[in-house]
Amino acid sequence: MAVNYGSKRTVVGAHYGLRDWLVQRVTAGLMAVFTLLVFVQVIFTKGPVGYDQWAGIFSAQWMKVLTFAVIVAVAWHAWVGMRDIWMDYVQPVWIRLLLQILTIIWLVGCAGWAVQVLWRL
Amino acid sequence: MSEAARQRPQFRNINALSDLPSYRLPPAGWVSILHRVSGALLFLSLPFLVWLFDKSVTSEIAYGQFTAAFSAGLWVFPGWLIKLVSLVLIWAYLHHLCAGVRHLYMDAAHAVSKEFGKSSAIATLAVSLLLTLVFGAKLFGAW
Repeated sequence: MAVNYGSKRTVVGAHYGLRDWLVQRVTAGLMAVFTLLVFVQVIFTKGPVGYDQWAGIFSAQWMKVLTFAVIVAVAWHAWVGMRDIWMDYVQPVWIRLLLQILTIIWLVGCAGWAVQVLWRL
Repeated sequence: MSEAARQRPQFRNINALSDLPSYRLPPAGWVSILHRVSGALLFLSLPFLVWLFDKSVTSEIAYGQFTAAFSAGLWVFPGWLIKLVSLVLIWAYLHHLCAGVRHLYMDAAHAVSKEFGKSSAIATLAVSLLLTLVFGAKLFGAW
């Protein structure tokens, strides 16, 4: 069998922190690109941006797909951030567990609502 | 490592109200804690933000409700308060974005010296506050 213990241990997989470290950065990059994309479309609209122009941005199917990915990205990014905050400041396990559960419910709810808004268009 | 180093004083049980306010936090420290605070603020305001998105894209009438929130107000809150809250959220997003980009740059360029930490922190604060002023001016009708 291959040597994968001690100094040759492969430090990837569950609970090494590397996944969440990477998730924060990838989701952040996606959200930054999305922000720029929306901002550019708003800035380069002739005249004031009314309902038609604004809703028009989100009516294209490719934009809906991208926005959906960004909604998922926000939820995961926020989860990692809030989990870190609870982990740093809340020592009693039962309170922390309760806060984590409420955080997930909050995020899943908001994500679901946002997706509903997006696909009503 | 510890024999040559002097016995350093230890500070445990730091009191949030009596000890924390007397600490001098370096610029990088401010950027860091504000990154956390702005993130938490955005998390708490998510339902409001989704509501804004909902009203703004659903229909012309809903869009009217969206714009009215900033002038006539929303529920018990006057329009100027909604604008103020929105300005705080705009700052939160801009600071979180700039501090995050600073993180990404330091990761990619291995720019982890103390000097770069200070200069990039000051740049982050300057850019985010400047952009907040620009968006704030637009929000409060300067142009």
